[in-house]
Amino acid sequence: MRIVCPFCGERELGEFTYLGDAKPVRPAADAGEEAVYDYVYLRDNVAGVMSENWYHGGGCRAWLKVTRNTLTHEISAVEPAAGAGAAKVGA
Amino acid sequence: MKYSIFSLARAALSGHKNWQRTWRDATPKDRYDVVIIGGGGHGLATAWFLASEYGIRNVAVLEKGWIGSGNAGRNTTIIRSNYGLPGNTGFYELSMKLWERMEQDLNYNAMVSQRGVINLYHSDAQRDAYARRGNTMRINGIDAELLDLAAVKKMMPFLNFDNARFPVQGGLLQRRGGTARHDAVVWGYAHAASELGVDIIQNCEVTGFVRDANGKVSGVETSRGRIGAGKVGMAVAGSSSRVADMAGLRLPIESHVLQAFVSEAIKPLIPNVMTFGAGHFYVSQSDKGGLVFGGDIDGYNSYAQRGNLPVMEDVCEGGMALMPMIGRVRLLRQWGGIMDMSMDGSPIIDKTPVEGLYLNAGWCYGGFKATPGSGFVFAHLLARDTPHEEAARFRLDRFRTGAMIDEKGQGAQPNLH
Repeated sequence: MRIVCPFCGERELGEFTYLGDAKPVRPAADAGEEAVYDYVYLRDNVAGVMSENWYHGGGCRAWLKVTRNTLTHEISAVEPAAGAGAAKVGA
Repeated sequence: MKYSIFSLARAALSGHKNWQRTWRDATPKDRYDVVIIGGGGHGLATAWFLASEYGIRNVAVLEKGWIGSGNAGRNTTIIRSNYGLPGNTGFYELSMKLWERMEQDLNYNAMVSQRGVINLYHSDAQRDAYARRGNTMRINGIDAELLDLAAVKKMMPFLNFDNARFPVQGGLLQRRGGTARHDAVVWGYAHAASELGVDIIQNCEVTGFVRDANGKVSGVETSRGRIGAGKVGMAVAGSSSRVADMAGLRLPIESHVLQAFVSEAIKPLIPNVMTFGAGHFYVSQSDKGGLVFGGDIDGYNSYAQRGNLPVMEDVCEGGMALMPMIGRVRLLRQWGGIMDMSMDGSPIIDKTPVEGLYLNAGWCYGGFKATPGSGFVFAHLLARDTPHEEAARFRLDRFRTGAMIDEKGQGAQPNLH
């Protein structure tokens, strides 16, 4: 598996750290226990195409949103995560 | 048939052409009292304990592939019970005691070898942590010895004791730990369960659950037709989320890939199972002579049963730090298995919110050593509808209530457990 970083180009997997599924969104402060439980502990654990958060710690240190197939490890898209840096590549 | 010196002699005299099948190749009946999904070690052990311990013999084990094709054939064969937290300590010792009598129970040679498991420590802080874990084990009646440097040097003189960065200072030894022959474990359980009337059905993939008017699970849809069931037990670690999804359940589990490695065969070198405490590397030597070793999971969600190079490099670096001479040994094979990584690193053995459906999951990368214990307590749950006392903390709702069993203290980040 190699990841094409939008800032640094194609780099080997060892430069990156995985956070996990990009789908869960932190609930609002008043959302209640059930929403927090779901956010922290429950996972879709997708078998197929999944959107994920990766961190390029061995390169530009930017957070990336990677679209990857968990059955084949095929990566179909890499985008900067929302936030600082995304504007630099016009995302 | 019963295996003995006489059956071996009889078979030898007829050129080994008259061995019976190790287990019956069953075709599915319309209905069973208990259907177990997953013909791995845990599922087969569950079936055997249901039949032998709890008197429930109208049982089927459904396996989508063939016996031994999943994680039962993808582990590093280590058995041990050196856990520190309430919930884990007693359970893994129950499992260890069952390993010690398994071969007599099953009439099958599983090559259980209590050659000892030693966790090396490399700093004062790590020694203190291991001393504490050893004390916890001893308080619970489990054998543990804290070895100093001289004792480790005597036991394993071939280690690199001149490593300035990660000096070996000693180790925590559990002499009753060791290894077992992974294939023989599943073959043995399949053999013994089949002898008691359990149907082992291979190439039978579950494609859905049958529910009655009240929502209770009353059977499964499979690639070989509908099979009715009084109760259904899931023991499909690696695929738990996918099977649970068919019943509308979301689990606190991520599937990750763990790699393992075997070197070419060399002369006897490593007398036990040992772990490098400054990284993540564990190794033993098989009876064929190959070094069997592994380390961390790859760290990203995967169902692919294969891993990538960074972890392979990291594992080999750990081995080189401990035993530089293995740098000249060639790697023979490498493989990956899919792990149910739970949110606290501990397993789940519980009823589910769906009536009639029982869950055995979340084994992370420690499922092999738990095989007999897991089968025993899961059979108890299925037979009695109450958890076995040694598995009472492996609840599905502990993530909601906060009663986590987090040995590594990593929190809800499954790829770090």
